[in-house]
Amino acid sequence: MVTGYLSVIVLIPLAALAWEAHKGGLSGFWDAISSPEAVSAIELTLVASAIVAAVNAVAGTAIAWVLVRDRFHGKGFVNSLIDLPFALPTIVAGLTLLALYGPLSPVGIDIAFTRIAVVMALLFVTLPFVVRTVQPVLKELDEEMEDAAASLGANRFAIFRRVVFPNLLPAILSGVALAFARAVGEFGSVVLISGNLPFKTQVASVFVFSQIESDDVNGAAAVSVLLLVISFVILLLIGAFRRYATRHDAV
Amino acid sequence: MLSRYLLRFGALGYLALLLLIPLGMVFYRAFEHGFAPAWDAITSPEAVHALWLTVLVALIAVPLNTVFGVVCALLIVRGHIRGKGILNALVDLPLALSPVVVGLALLLLYGRTGWLGPWLDDHGVQVVFALPGLVLATIFVSLPFVVREVVPVLREIGTEQEQAASTLGASALQIFRRVTLPAIRWGVVYGVVLTTARCLGEFGAVSVISGHIAGKTETLTQYVQAQYDGFNVPGAYAASVVLALLSVVTLVAMTAFRRKEEI
Repeated sequence: MVTGYLSVIVLIPLAALAWEAHKGGLSGFWDAISSPEAVSAIELTLVASAIVAAVNAVAGTAIAWVLVRDRFHGKGFVNSLIDLPFALPTIVAGLTLLALYGPLSPVGIDIAFTRIAVVMALLFVTLPFVVRTVQPVLKELDEEMEDAAASLGANRFAIFRRVVFPNLLPAILSGVALAFARAVGEFGSVVLISGNLPFKTQVASVFVFSQIESDDVNGAAAVSVLLLVISFVILLLIGAFRRYATRHDAV
Repeated sequence: MLSRYLLRFGALGYLALLLLIPLGMVFYRAFEHGFAPAWDAITSPEAVHALWLTVLVALIAVPLNTVFGVVCALLIVRGHIRGKGILNALVDLPLALSPVVVGLALLLLYGRTGWLGPWLDDHGVQVVFALPGLVLATIFVSLPFVVREVVPVLREIGTEQEQAASTLGASALQIFRRVTLPAIRWGVVYGVVLTTARCLGEFGAVSVISGHIAGKTETLTQYVQAQYDGFNVPGAYAASVVLALLSVVTLVAMTAFRRKEEI
């Protein structure tokens, strides 16, 4: 039953996608993903996603730290707020950012239709990933280890770098990988605020969408297969991080 | 002490600038010309139809994915099958895959020139640009959540109680109903909340497959975009407020159920 459901919902549609992409042969596939517009969209997507992943690694870990180790009023509220980007429809997320940082911005910051807007939208939707993977690990982490390091004369920076950080690293990496994967495929939040200008702010998902709209299904399928491969590779990487983490737990 | 405050205000400031203040602005924008235009925008026939369509699709997709999620989690944790790694990766795939790609895949399968398109046409079934397409796209993107919430709970509870029930003569169905299901129920509920949120908010996959027919195949998220593109910005913000309120309800439910799970 599980196989049947997965086949109908996931596998057969993806097979149809791969079939369409492969119709024009390998050269057709290559032509489709190496057209200047496609290359520019893929480049922008990968670079923006890498920036977003890096920012998330730092900001996500810092937020997780504040939520676990700090004490202040309203922490429960902030903790719930972290999931907001997950609960909020992506199109509303885009509109939300446009309301504050768009042409009618009350604070005079207008980043609409720029590459900064793309990064901003991706930061919004990927916020929960690193926080939510690091938080439980940090909670489980024994503070005695840190106390021991402190009693041996390590300063706080050294404690973080040599004791806390190595323990968090697998969680940070899998959170970053999830955020990167999500950023590469993001569509809804980017579509309004980026303006979708080819060669400037058009990301890969939006490029695929515009190819479908202009009836170039074959080109859309080729770039889609590329995105599919990226997603799958990242998932396998995350699986490897998890195995690495559990193996080191067991030791 | 200073570094601690710096970290706290840095983290909270980042959240405020990225999440809270922009969200507040949506509410402000929706009501800046008063309550009446916002109310008109969300009570127009198209908006009401879009809301009902969104709810209808979720009502079909959520139960199907819940049943699948529980069975699939049982298979992943308790089953002795080969290729669990692939099964795991397949279940996670909708989390990492662009929704536009999902929509395109469905279009290529069920569309006019797709594998099944001509056959479906002959039999008078329309999938693309109709309700079945919306439902299939939504099921695809919301597939992982119940599985992902139930798997760790199943691992946690172990099999001892199930084995005890089995030695006392309970049938497999009885064990599931009386032992396993009560133990995993909060995991299932949490997964259902996440699935529902994802279904209500789905945009990319549905955009490709729905054909954007206002008052017919337009869901609420698409209504927001259509209003925005049609220069009815207050209308777009008003519909966004409806969606934002639904996500606030989701957040409250998530917080409540997370507490229960921890106890």
